[in-house]
Amino acid sequence: MRTDPLIPMVAQVTHIRTDTPDVKTFRVVGPDGKKPFAHIPGQCAMLSMPGVGEALFSITSSPTNEEYLEFSIKKCGCVTSWIHAIEPGQQVTLRGPYGNGFPVDTDFAGKDLVFIAGGIGLAPLRSVINYVRHYRDRYGAVDIVYGARSKADLVDYEEILQEWCQEDGIRVHLTIDNAQPDWDGHVGFVPNYVKELGFDTGKTVVMCGPPVMIKFTLAGLEELGFRRDQVYTTFELKMKCALGKCGRCNIGDKYVCKDGPVFRLDQMTELPDEY
Amino acid sequence: MKKWELSRLQELFEAIAAQEPLYIPTDVSGQPTFALWQPGMALTRELNTVRSAKDLFFPQVEELVKFKVEGKKIQVLDPQVQIRDQVVFGVRACDARSFDILDSVFLAEPADTYYRDRRAHTTVMTLACTHPEESCFCTSLGIDPQAPGGDVSCWIEGEALYLNANTPKGQALLSRLPLDEGEKPEADRSVFDRLPLKDLDLTRFGEKKLLDWFHSPKWGELSQSCLGCGTCTFVCPTCQCYDIRDFDTGHGVQRFRCWDSCMYSDFTMMAHGTNRPTQLERFRQRFMHKLVYYPADHGGQVGCVGCGRCLRKCPISMNIVKVARALGEEEV
Repeated sequence: MRTDPLIPMVAQVTHIRTDTPDVKTFRVVGPDGKKPFAHIPGQCAMLSMPGVGEALFSITSSPTNEEYLEFSIKKCGCVTSWIHAIEPGQQVTLRGPYGNGFPVDTDFAGKDLVFIAGGIGLAPLRSVINYVRHYRDRYGAVDIVYGARSKADLVDYEEILQEWCQEDGIRVHLTIDNAQPDWDGHVGFVPNYVKELGFDTGKTVVMCGPPVMIKFTLAGLEELGFRRDQVYTTFELKMKCALGKCGRCNIGDKYVCKDGPVFRLDQMTELPDEY
Repeated sequence: MKKWELSRLQELFEAIAAQEPLYIPTDVSGQPTFALWQPGMALTRELNTVRSAKDLFFPQVEELVKFKVEGKKIQVLDPQVQIRDQVVFGVRACDARSFDILDSVFLAEPADTYYRDRRAHTTVMTLACTHPEESCFCTSLGIDPQAPGGDVSCWIEGEALYLNANTPKGQALLSRLPLDEGEKPEADRSVFDRLPLKDLDLTRFGEKKLLDWFHSPKWGELSQSCLGCGTCTFVCPTCQCYDIRDFDTGHGVQRFRCWDSCMYSDFTMMAHGTNRPTQLERFRQRFMHKLVYYPADHGGQVGCVGCGRCLRKCPISMNIVKVARALGEEEV
């Protein structure tokens, strides 16, 4: 059998959790029933169904989970529609991990962390959040600001309520776009909520969400006095190889698949805003 | 240095082809193309092939892997890619330099094994240029068309072909051929000094900030007539962007790779949209990549080899020379 980075392994989906009307979380193991590979929070992997296509997804489970990988996937295109229709036991192909990941053991160590996520943008941050929870004494205070269109669109809602909200030293700030009867929490968009919360400017910010949320939240953070080199985010662009060769995710002199997907925002200042 | 009588070139091709498959630039339906040599097949009289020599290592379409899908089960099948030793004769200096640029992408870790294996199994015999075309500008990229490189450099002077091995692979090939000893006469280089594009400077784009070039007001006008046909990317020896697609054969799934182009509207299209919505962004990406992005990441090496194919083939006569000149005129 030929060995090439583009030739994937076979993996199996063992559990499927429905998070929201358009997001499901898939638990994936290798052919031997074990976790297919180790990763760093923020890294991604290529999942595919032969005949349907291959696409890059962030790994939402924490590296500290030694049994399986999890992917939270929003149904929005060809591959994602197929994967939303499968049942447990379905095999898929998998290759990875790809990208740099978040600097959890270096830049983040000892810092107070503010996680800011919008919608499916929580998927890559969940990996970091659960990693930080596992090694709790290595980090300072943790704030999590998470917003979605409605209560039903909050990904990982049960885990957030049952685990994250119950933990000392972690403050969770949830918000939804519009008021609804069974919601007594905050209502409003993430960028405004972040400004209202007004974080201490010594903290490190980790952010992921739709481009418009990133843009306005960053502006808000700068108003609060944060510098760009305190803010990290992760990008999503079209990718085919994930090896820095197919050319799709090229922005400036960077390839998002190998030089990213995690960037500190001051690094992005020198690059074209084509993301 | 070795020597061979030009009138007996077919005998040399025969001697090489007796050992390994040999590719030469020949006219196929009137188009100069690298083709598998068959007895009687003559070298093209044209300077260069329509498509570049990158096809030999990075074919337009190639199978990567096969799958068998049954119910919920998937089997990954060996593509059984057969990569044999082969010789290519007649590669020009520009295309030979393009291999360095392609190597920097495909051989960077993790290496692309399909490309790597083809490179390893191919002996490249280059051919020095004596009659360049007006669209040639390799000299402005530091390439010497009279010292074309590769595993074996070849020159045609008078009635003889002169050959010089540059690598152990080239030495091995020449040692297996019944060549005479000879010394090449000094070539007349004056023609290269008379080329219209000889003073072109493509290496100065590192002088200013990447974003200054990106935000140049010229991109709108330059890209206005671009049809987005992608011809420039297909004939370009350094363009290496590719797509990966699946094809259901009815007996299984073939996953193949094929050339793609940043000039195409769906190149960066995702389910939620594209980050390069108009031809301006796509056009800018191609030229920024060659002139600014690639050099920024590769010690100033420009991602162009001056072969002039895009100058000859673009249906609207837009090309890297015009872009570089237009950008260079302005003070950012």
